Amino acid sequence: MTTTHYAPHTAQAVAARATGLSKVYGQGETQVVALDNVSVDFGRGRFTAIMGPSGSGKSTLMHCVAGLDTFTSGSVRIGDTELGSLKDKQLTRLRRDKIGFIFQAFNLLPTLTALENITLPMDIAGRKADQQWLDTVIEMVGLSGRLGHRPTQLSGGQQQRVAVARALASRPEIIFGDEPTGNLDSRSGAEVLGFLRNSVRELGQTVVMVTHDPVAASYADRVVFLADGRIVDEMHGPTADGVLDRMKAFDAKGRTS
Amino acid sequence: MFRTALRNVLAHKARLLMTVLAVTLGVAFVSGTLVFTDTLSKALSGQSAKSYEGVAVSVSSYGTARDENGVKEGDPGISQQVLDKVKAVKGVDTVSGRVSGFAGVGDENGKLIGTGWANQGTNYAPVKDGKDPRYAFTEGGGPASAGQIALDRETARKGAYKVGDKVRVATNGPVKEYTLTGVFTTDDGQVNAGGSMVLFDTPTAQALYLQPGFYRELSVSAKPGASADQLLADIKPLLGKNATAKTGAELAAEQAKAIEQQMSGMSTGLLIFAGISLFVGIFLIYNTFTMLVAQRTKELALLRAVGAARGQVIRSVLAEAGVVGVVSATIGLVSGIGLAIGMRGLMETAFDAKMPAGDLVVAPGTVVAAVLIGVVVTMIAALLPAWRTGRIPPVAAMGSAHLPATGKSLVLRNVFGGVLGLLGAGVTFLGVSQGSDGRYTVAAGGFFLMLGLIVLLPLLSKPVIAAVRPLLSRLFGVPGKLAAQNAVRNPRRTAVTAASLAIGLTLVTAMSVIGVSMGKAVDRMSTDKLKADYKVSMSGGIGSLDKSVAETLAKAPGIKAVSPQTAGYLKINDTFKSASGVNPATIGQLLNVEVVGGDLAALGRGEVAVAEKTARSAGLSAGSTVDVGYEDGTKAKLKVGAVYKDLDGLLSPYVLDDKVLSAHSEEPYIPEVYVKVAAGESKAGEKAVVDALGNNPAITVASRQDMRNEMGGLVNTALNIMYGLLGMALIISVLGVVNTLAMSVFERTQEIGMLRAVGLDRGRVKNMIRLESVVISLFGAVLGVAVGGFLAWAGGKTFSKSVPGYELVLPFDRIGVFVLLAAVVGVLAAMWPARSAARLNMLTAIKTE
Repeated sequence: MTTTHYAPHTAQAVAARATGLSKVYGQGETQVVALDNVSVDFGRGRFTAIMGPSGSGKSTLMHCVAGLDTFTSGSVRIGDTELGSLKDKQLTRLRRDKIGFIFQAFNLLPTLTALENITLPMDIAGRKADQQWLDTVIEMVGLSGRLGHRPTQLSGGQQQRVAVARALASRPEIIFGDEPTGNLDSRSGAEVLGFLRNSVRELGQTVVMVTHDPVAASYADRVVFLADGRIVDEMHGPTADGVLDRMKAFDAKGRTS
Repeated sequence: MFRTALRNVLAHKARLLMTVLAVTLGVAFVSGTLVFTDTLSKALSGQSAKSYEGVAVSVSSYGTARDENGVKEGDPGISQQVLDKVKAVKGVDTVSGRVSGFAGVGDENGKLIGTGWANQGTNYAPVKDGKDPRYAFTEGGGPASAGQIALDRETARKGAYKVGDKVRVATNGPVKEYTLTGVFTTDDGQVNAGGSMVLFDTPTAQALYLQPGFYRELSVSAKPGASADQLLADIKPLLGKNATAKTGAELAAEQAKAIEQQMSGMSTGLLIFAGISLFVGIFLIYNTFTMLVAQRTKELALLRAVGAARGQVIRSVLAEAGVVGVVSATIGLVSGIGLAIGMRGLMETAFDAKMPAGDLVVAPGTVVAAVLIGVVVTMIAALLPAWRTGRIPPVAAMGSAHLPATGKSLVLRNVFGGVLGLLGAGVTFLGVSQGSDGRYTVAAGGFFLMLGLIVLLPLLSKPVIAAVRPLLSRLFGVPGKLAAQNAVRNPRRTAVTAASLAIGLTLVTAMSVIGVSMGKAVDRMSTDKLKADYKVSMSGGIGSLDKSVAETLAKAPGIKAVSPQTAGYLKINDTFKSASGVNPATIGQLLNVEVVGGDLAALGRGEVAVAEKTARSAGLSAGSTVDVGYEDGTKAKLKVGAVYKDLDGLLSPYVLDDKVLSAHSEEPYIPEVYVKVAAGESKAGEKAVVDALGNNPAITVASRQDMRNEMGGLVNTALNIMYGLLGMALIISVLGVVNTLAMSVFERTQEIGMLRAVGLDRGRVKNMIRLESVVISLFGAVLGVAVGGFLAWAGGKTFSKSVPGYELVLPFDRIGVFVLLAAVVGVLAAMWPARSAARLNMLTAIKTE
């Protein structure tokens, strides 16, 4: 069997690259292959969505590329750094300095104000925030009036905007989003996705987002489809309908095969 | 419902671990105390019963030489004639007469062997087969003539004495040298407790302790078939009026009762500390059940929704507590029995005290008490959380609410705590104003103050911890800042955790402050009030010095001034007042007596000196007269020659010339003699005194420094015992900190996962948990130290009058150590929770809902 290396449409710089990436849980009879020899590039300054039915391995792929999870074989690079050889401490530092995260469950610290939550990764790193950049980010996500609020005083959409600002604030090389709109109503979700797209278009940020929502995927520049731990297809300049059709096709194939 | 409770216990094994441990420790303390004292009590009774084995009747006489009117009776004890008459009674097999008193044995350096108060000498009284059944000789035999002695095996071993060696033995008189004829073992309780025993031949013992031809006690054994009661009836008429006779069985029963009383006193003391431990444990259990119930809100609401009554839900939580209580109490009981066995071993190795052998006694009462205490304590602690479950509405099963609002108004609680605290403080001040009568008032006030503060702790925790937050974030960065915020996230839980530590530290601090202040007071007295260089007393501090001691010293070279300190009494207005007999010529050089009226020299003219306060209350002043009755019944009208400032602890309120006081006493009691030497407090000075006394092992010569050290040692020992006993309560409060942290880590799994994802490394996650723990521990410690210090001040006020020179001394070194220890405790308590936080799997942590 041949595997295709899924590269971005146009020749351009690569922010993150997985090559022959495999992740296997368990052994023998109970062995589960979560990722099977996946090779994919995520282009710099691009908004990529990873789609697939549940259990397809889309989250695992993101976790491995983002340095949150270990993998069985293959290689992952973020910029020039090969993740496979890093120890926990180095991985932590890599995540701190080069990667931003947006989680489905917002994951803000309830004891900190919105602003403190936004600057948390920089505080951890002991770095001073670039004030001008911070202002730009905060203005973009529209949180200017709510910086002193605590997460419990914010709506879900506002909380996720704080999370987006947190991911953007330290100007990471790449931002990973794990179903960032999963817990939001469609309007708030659209807002958050809009911010992400703007950050790519206007600020040159790189974003990789896992989602199962075709509408969310339509905000991306490119969609990568996963099934059974393999990349089965990709789509550039997606539309919601196009993505939905493609997904339906996989679904049907899955049922007949 | 009970099955649900049981399942819940099993499902939350790990989270209940600390609760089980806390109850187990408390119950182990209780059952260990009961088993240990029961065992000891039974062994001691067994031992005393054994010493009366074969004794059908025992006769004793502590007759005095004079009757209460001072008329000579000539009845110092039981005469040889009486002994012979008893021997002739029908049914009597053997009669042995005994006479005993103090006897100290010196080692080769002249130092006393064994503990002072337990060193006894008695006569070797062989009966018909030429042996005394009380003593089993392992070497040689009993003393047969003057100049011979036998020693108990342990004393002989310590002094490295062998049969034929010369041994220096001191009784209340001068030291004498004896030849060792034998080494023996005995069942005697004092010897088993580490004392020494010297056996003399009967005439020597009689001469030393009583008067030739007289005994203190007779042990009568019966011929087979003779009844002890019949013998008693036959013997009684033969005795003098001061003698009492009892059967051996009666005496054994009396002694067993006395032992039991003594033991129950000891067990009550220990149980108080066990109670404190259990009380502290309640806080931990309360926290655990509060959290377990909070986590199960949805589940419990579901039970309500499907038809469980409010009472059923409450009962299911209580049943869960009951199960936990039974399990922990059972483990506690078993560990308690182990503890009792260990305690016995510890006493033997650490205190060199031989415990009499005997079987372990696990009374049914102990088992019942242990289980009951474990169950009741656990259920009481779970009562409030259980009651709260009753208020969970069934609709909560549908909602997503999964933690009850912790920000629920604290107003009511704060008002209640404030009132309680103020009431406590008020009562404490009231007690302080009452002086010596206010002791219990202060104790009650302190109790309410503590309760009030515990109730107020959630309120206090916020500003206090907020105050240290900037420091923590400056020193430790993000982990420090987050730790301080996490510590007040659940103020109630933090408060309960800190409270249990605060209780222990309050007691420890209060005791330390009072103990150290007491020690300082005594220290100050010996420096300010005592001018003598040395105090001469009997070793072990009990018993009277011989009359010759002061005279011998006065004549010895290098001695400047000597005064005996005879303790006696005067009968004034039909009540007995204690009186001191001193040497009027020298007392001024030995004690710092401040005369406020008259002249001390008047003592030499047979006049009396009276302490100022006593003089005031009795309406006496220099020049007035007072009617007194002496110990021998003689009455006299004494002129008050001097009034002096009270010297509590050194001089009685009435002071006379020793010659006058002793002249009216058959056996003047001289606990100490004060000495000033030409060489001052020095090696040479001490040698002059020791040599003058003939290097007597039974007499202790203490310099002022020795006295100070001795007092310091006493204070330290007392405090160390307290620390040891409170240790269990402190261990349980440490478990409480572990418990709280484990809960926090569990609840914040998702947060910790996020922090790890955005770049907080494992080390700093650990630091965050550790710092939270240290913050909570220090909060409790500082509060405890503050309250303890306040209570020590208040307590001190109530007895400062009865302890001369008492002033509040804050032992900052000790307090510093306590606070430091609390910080260390914080770090240690965080060890396991911090590690599990650092090891959290990031991905599962983030996903945990």
